[in-house]
Parts: sequence; structure tokens; C-alpha cells
Amino acid sequence: MSDFRAMFVGFPDFNVSENFFPNINLQEKLNWAEEFIQNVLIPRLPEAVAAHFPVELGTVLVMFACAGIFVGVVPLLPLFLVLAERKVAARFQNRTGPMRVGPWGTLQTLADGIKLIFKEDFIPPQGDKLLFLLAPYIIFACSFAVFAAIPFGQNILVSPFNIGIFYIMAISSVIVMGVIMAGWSSNSKWSLLGSLRSAAQIVSYEIPLGLSVLTIVMLVESLNMQEIVASQSNGVFSWLIFRTPFTFIAFFIFFISSIAEVNRTPFDLPEAESEIVAGFHTEYSGMRFALFFIAEYANMFAVSAIAVTLFLGGWEGALPGYDILGGFPGFVIKTLALVFLMMWLRWTLPRLRVDQLMNLCWKYFIPIAFFNILGTGIWGLIFPEDTLVSIIISCAIIYIGLIVAYTIAGRTLAQNPEPQPS
Amino acid sequence: MEFTLKNFIFYGFALMTVGSALLVVTVRNIVHAAFSLMVTLFGVAGLYVFLQADFLAATQVIVYVGGILVLILFGVMMTSGRLEMRIHIERGQLLLGGIVSLALLMLLLTVIANTPAWKNLTDDGTELPPTTERIGELILNGPFLLPFEVVSVLLLVALIGAALISRKEVRD
Repeated sequence: MSDFRAMFVGFPDFNVSENFFPNINLQEKLNWAEEFIQNVLIPRLPEAVAAHFPVELGTVLVMFACAGIFVGVVPLLPLFLVLAERKVAARFQNRTGPMRVGPWGTLQTLADGIKLIFKEDFIPPQGDKLLFLLAPYIIFACSFAVFAAIPFGQNILVSPFNIGIFYIMAISSVIVMGVIMAGWSSNSKWSLLGSLRSAAQIVSYEIPLGLSVLTIVMLVESLNMQEIVASQSNGVFSWLIFRTPFTFIAFFIFFISSIAEVNRTPFDLPEAESEIVAGFHTEYSGMRFALFFIAEYANMFAVSAIAVTLFLGGWEGALPGYDILGGFPGFVIKTLALVFLMMWLRWTLPRLRVDQLMNLCWKYFIPIAFFNILGTGIWGLIFPEDTLVSIIISCAIIYIGLIVAYTIAGRTLAQNPEPQPS
Repeated sequence: MEFTLKNFIFYGFALMTVGSALLVVTVRNIVHAAFSLMVTLFGVAGLYVFLQADFLAATQVIVYVGGILVLILFGVMMTSGRLEMRIHIERGQLLLGGIVSLALLMLLLTVIANTPAWKNLTDDGTELPPTTERIGELILNGPFLLPFEVVSVLLLVALIGAALISRKEVRD
């Protein structure tokens, strides 16, 4: 028993002075579990079992524990985000939103979740039962696997992948398969149309997304998420968004493409209520519908977190030496700001048409993204190291560019004013 | 055979790959075949991870599962109304197919047997260095630059060709 306690006191590296949050870096903990089994467990087992007992089981258990933490914690996010979405929407429409359940309606999502669990789990009799049951899990698992590579803080990271951002892109591209599976197996026209729209949209917008990530990878010369964050450690002007004018453009392409990837307004054609009911998850009910919902909001948080990591400094602060907007709280604040921006856009803009959607991607974003890559390459040749001069020049170009863009946009709007509502 | 974690993972992935590959060719429903192909491709990606080829594994998933398989499913759903296909196989085709697959098997076995790097390969448990940087050096700054550029031009030609074929002629 004393052995047990000693193990658990030694387990989380509570280094309060440096970082309040416990170290859950998986790699360092693997040895701990193996030592535990070797020294504590095996001597206590009967000899016949001990001879064949796999020491590596400890590794597996730690892996499962880490996965368990994420699968347990991440669904709490949608619980909060759904409420936030409804409250934000209500404010935009001059309402109060849910107010009945709990103080200011804060327990509304919990009540909705419980309701969904108790609802009938309806399976379309004409559909493909196996695939219908499988599809929500694929989407759910892929949206959660993304969180394994996002660094929430200096030590709060499940796995320091060497190929971090590439892994994230690969895993999130599998979500399409789940969407198609759900749409097809429902045996419903709305579902099939919605899933095909969604697949076309996600596959198209993956290209500008990947290309704008490439500009970052070119500058940092690494795919590792922690190294990308570490290269932005000198305050707000070393954040990659301000490092070159091209990354500034890349950020907006990345963010808008991410909105398209997670199927939110103005890109919510796959679930356009007025045309195809609810898109690929029309036929789902009860807990399976809730899984789609959780995955959608987890995705929304994930893409914002990735944007923050790549462009807005990750968990690094806004001033060198000070912890403003830094660490785990700073990371979450920055991510939630982007999430709020997504909600703001959703309740402000109307939905695009299919042709406008594809035009935007193929005729504007992809050429601009290629131009960005070329520009970043040239920038890297001119300024091999980031100096004060290069950052000043970059910020000046961004400033002038913004003014020019604002002026041109203003003139265009003045010449072609928006039609007055009749 | 010793039961170790590595063996367990390897045989798990191998079973996943081979089992689902068998399903791909035996299942009647073409959509089911496509989805079991997804499992096969995932299994292969898992084997790549097992070989510590991390970059290759992610590429496998992003290209085959996220790209090609989606296109296959698109093709199936857009073109055919009937998904249950009865495939008639005649005697001659069976013979021909058997000969071709046997020849392919012999060829692959010969290659495997004659590759010197694969013989006497033992697992001493060392962690190999990450591969991304070396792949980048070899492709963009090394002996594989020309093949890489040729492949990209080929893909561009295919892209333009596809756009040309699918485009309706506009007559004034």
C-alpha cells in the first residue's frame, strides 16, 4: 500500500511556481508505468502469471488514461459552447435566449443533453443499419483525435508529434468519410444531398487550408506544434501572423476555410435548413444526433485552437517576459475569441450559394494561397533571420495594405451601394 | 511466439489490413467495399507508424482516405442508381485473373526475397530519427528532384485534362 502512495505522490509533476497545471506530457510518463509494473505489480503476482506478464501493459494503460481524460473533458466544451452560441444569437437578435433552466439559463444545455439521451434511437428501416450506426463514431473519433496534437500549454499536450500539424490535417480529412457514410446509409434524399455537398465543400477547402499552413511551415521549418509555438515567443510582433505580410493574408484564408471546413454559416450549405432539412444528419435522433452536435462544436473549438497555435502565438504571451495572454488561460482566451468571431459571422451573414462557394475557393483562395507561398519563399530569401527591420517592414506593409483595401472597398461600396430593403 | 506489445500491435494492424482487404473483394455492395477499403488503408497507415515512418503514415491517410476514397465514393454515388451489383465471372476470366495474380505474387515474392536491406533485419528497439526532414531533403534538394517535378507536371496535365473533359462546350 505504501508503494502505491509513493507512486501517486510522484506522478504529476506539480511545479506550481513555473506552471500551475500538472504535466501530462505522455512521453515522460510511459517509463513511470512500466517501472510501476516491473517493481510493484510483478513481485506480488503468482509466479506463473508474473513470468508472462507484459510490462508494456503499463504503457497501454497510460495511453488509455490520457485518451480518457480527453474524451471526458472535451465533451464539456460543447456543453458550454452550445449555450454560448444560443446566448450570442439571442443578443444579436435582441432576445435574452434560454433563461428558465438554472440561473440565466446556464443549465439549459445539460437539460437538452439529458433529453437527447432518453429519446428514441430511431434507425431508418430502409437504410444501411451497420453504416448508419458506425458513422457518428467515425466523426466523433476523428474530431477528438485532433485534440491529441494541440498544445494547450507548455506541458499540456498529449503527444509531441514530430508531424503535429500534418497529423491534424490528415485526421480531420477522414471526417468526410463519416459524413458520406451518414448521408448514404440514412437512405434519404436530404441526407445524401447534404453529405455530397459537405464532402465537396470540405475537400475543396482543404486545399487553401493546407496551402496557408504551408506558409507557416516554410517560416518555422518544422511541422511540430510545440516548435511552431516556440518560434513565436518574443511577444505579439513575433507571432507568425505579423511576421510577414503573406502570413497575414494566410491567416484570413486559413480562418475562412476553417469555417467552411466545420460547415458553419455562411458556408452551411450541407445543413441548409430551408433546402435540405438538416443535411447529412437529418435521420439521426437521440444520442447519435448528440454525437454529431458534440463533434461539430468540438471541431469549431479545435480549428480555432489550431489557428491560434499557428498564427496567434499559441500559449506564448503577448509581451516577452510577461504572461499576458500566455499560458493555458491565454490560449483558451485567444481560442474563445476566435470561436466568438465564428458565432458573430454566423448570426450576421447570409448563406452563400453553391456556385459562390466554389468560386470563392477555386478562383480566389487557391490562387491567393499560391501567391502567398511564392511570397513567403521570396521573403525568406531576403530576410533569412527575423530581425527588427524585417518585422517593422512587414507591419508597415500590412498597415498600408489594410488602408488600401479599406479605401478600395469603401469606393466600391459607394459606387454600388447595397440595395435598400423594400 | 512471445507476447509483446509490439507483436500485439503488429498483428492487430496486419489482421485489420488483410481482413478488410478480403472484404473489399468479396462484398457485393460497392459502397460497403469502399468503406472496407478505408479500413485497409488505415491498417496500412498503422503499419507505417509501426515502422516509425510517421510522415508516410499521415500522407497515406490524407491522400488515400481523405482524397482518393472520397472521389471513389463520389463517383459511385453520382453515377449509379443501383448499388447492388451482380458481377458475373466466366471461366476464362477466372483463369486469366488467376494467372495474372499468381504472376504478380511471384514477382512480389522475388522482390522481397532479393531486397538485401530486408534480410537479417532485427528489431533492437532503437527509436529512429524523424523522417520528415530527410524526405524533404531527398525530394527537393537531392536525387529525387527530377522525378518529383515530372510527377507534379503529370498531375497538372491530368488536372487540366479532367477540367477539359468535364466542361461542356459553350456554343454561341
